[in-house]
Amino acid sequence: MNAVSDNPAVELRGVHKWYGQHQVLRDVSLRVSRGERIVICGPSGSGKSTLIRCINRLEEHQQGHIFVDGVELTTDLRKIDEIRRDVGMVFQHFNLFSHLTVLENLTLAPVWARKMPKKEADDLALHYLTRVKIPEQAGKYPGQLSGGQQQRVAIARALCMNPKIMLFDEPTSALDPEMVKEVLDTMVQLAQDGMTMLCVTHEMGFARQVADRIAFMDAGQIVEMNSPDEFFARPRHPRTQEFLSQILH
Amino acid sequence: MSELAQAPHVAYGQKPSLPAPTARSRGLIHIFFGDLLSVCLTIATGALLLALLPKVLDWAILSGVWDGDGAACKGGGACWAFLRDKYRQILFGVYPANEQWRPAAATAMILAVALWSLPPRNWTRTTLTLWLVCMAAVLGLMSGGIFGLASVPTTSWGGIVITLLLTVSAIGLGFPIAVVLALGRRSKMKVVSLISVSVVEIVRGLPLLSLLFIASILLPLMLPDGVSIDKLLRAMVALTLFSAVYLAEVLRGGLQGVPSGQAEAAHALGLGWWHTTRLVVLPQAIRKVIPPLTNTVIVMVKNTSLVLVVGLFDLLSSGRAAATDPAWPAPYVESYLFVATIYFAICFSISRYAYWLESRGADNAR
Repeated sequence: MNAVSDNPAVELRGVHKWYGQHQVLRDVSLRVSRGERIVICGPSGSGKSTLIRCINRLEEHQQGHIFVDGVELTTDLRKIDEIRRDVGMVFQHFNLFSHLTVLENLTLAPVWARKMPKKEADDLALHYLTRVKIPEQAGKYPGQLSGGQQQRVAIARALCMNPKIMLFDEPTSALDPEMVKEVLDTMVQLAQDGMTMLCVTHEMGFARQVADRIAFMDAGQIVEMNSPDEFFARPRHPRTQEFLSQILH
Repeated sequence: MSELAQAPHVAYGQKPSLPAPTARSRGLIHIFFGDLLSVCLTIATGALLLALLPKVLDWAILSGVWDGDGAACKGGGACWAFLRDKYRQILFGVYPANEQWRPAAATAMILAVALWSLPPRNWTRTTLTLWLVCMAAVLGLMSGGIFGLASVPTTSWGGIVITLLLTVSAIGLGFPIAVVLALGRRSKMKVVSLISVSVVEIVRGLPLLSLLFIASILLPLMLPDGVSIDKLLRAMVALTLFSAVYLAEVLRGGLQGVPSGQAEAAHALGLGWWHTTRLVVLPQAIRKVIPPLTNTVIVMVKNTSLVLVVGLFDLLSSGRAAATDPAWPAPYVESYLFVATIYFAICFSISRYAYWLESRGADNAR
């Protein structure tokens, strides 16, 4: 781990959340240091997505505290918008703006949320499109790209806001098998550049290669958290053992 | 060869591309006389046309009267001479005859600005300003009293200008109100959504005619003495409100069709509610509902003709009024045909424009 600063990048303290009567997060606590890469895995319905969606408040937690970069998430909308500008998010279904070109997708938030001049935003967008290796697609619409290309555009779109933290919500689950690698390669590159990352994913190869720690969730709780070596070699919780035996053959 | 024998259905090497089989198009003969039902329909339709067409042709062309006055139209033919003589009255209503260049210029201005606004690249703040300036100029030109123009009260306005003014306000002002109502109805704030729902349901629950009667008869009674609101303005407000609630419901349908992930992605990028709505959600919602939106707009254009019940002379009532001239033998059909042609031109243009917008959007978002 390469924690340097006094403030953790993300801190959750005793977070609870319910959908109606159904509890989806139970007393979850987590500290993510700057530059740290955390992979969150677990069975479906275990609360992984809800957990990372709480970090940029796409979902509201009902008890406990969440701090992002030292700032607590409260109902203050302006503060939330500021935090969201510093927290990039990549979705399972890309969620690119289908009425805008790739370039417009990338420049929308810098221009309107950061008040960046159009020219500067275009340059920035092209820079990140080059980084995800598809600058030639700038003028196309999302519907004209493959799934892998769309997800790389989505990553570039998040990076254009120059975020301090990146959240990934199953970024490869909706992709054709042949396109998973190009997206994972982009994420590995991002990790090597020192980005603080929280990834919900079932790509165990990626987890082994990139993660500092792997968190395993079950029924709304983090039931195991360990370095990849320990996690794969000596899983302690029976649920983790069962899960790993199912997905690693 | 042995491996081929083992797996006869596996392709080794690229097979050549074959040309696609040509789609067989059915000939005209097949369409009209393909089976017994088609034969019967063709013959029946043909017989009907043969019976009607000569009469219509005779009325419109052979016996049609193209020149002259009312006396020349005593025969059974179409009295086109009437239109030649009266087109100004139909187009401009009871507006003073020697001042009719003013409604003509106003009409030209509205049409010019409307044409300018068609290409999406002109959907800018400048165009919005242009519309405001244009409407101010139209109202100034029509009412006069400035720049040495003779003053003409709105009660003397009529014809196409009334129709265009009512259309522009019903759509141009109705649309922004519709956006507010549609967004309001989906608001998480209970009060806001309750107000929006109430406005939509109440106005939609009333026939347009009753709304116009309320605006023209009840409203003046409820106002304190000495306060009066122009009749045209009152009809305009009623029509605008009416079209706003219909457009709002169409838009709401579009808003529901935009996946929630779109707004989530915008929020996650730090865009606030207004930017998310204006830049991401609304453009996609509107694109989804272009066909029903067009439908509503066209209905509203034709609804403007209902103002005749409150004594405003729009295009349709001007046409009717012109045909009542005792000097002519009641040429209602000719007059209505003329008016219908203008309505058709307006509505068909809107329809084609919307179709073009739609196909343009289809290229982008698949």
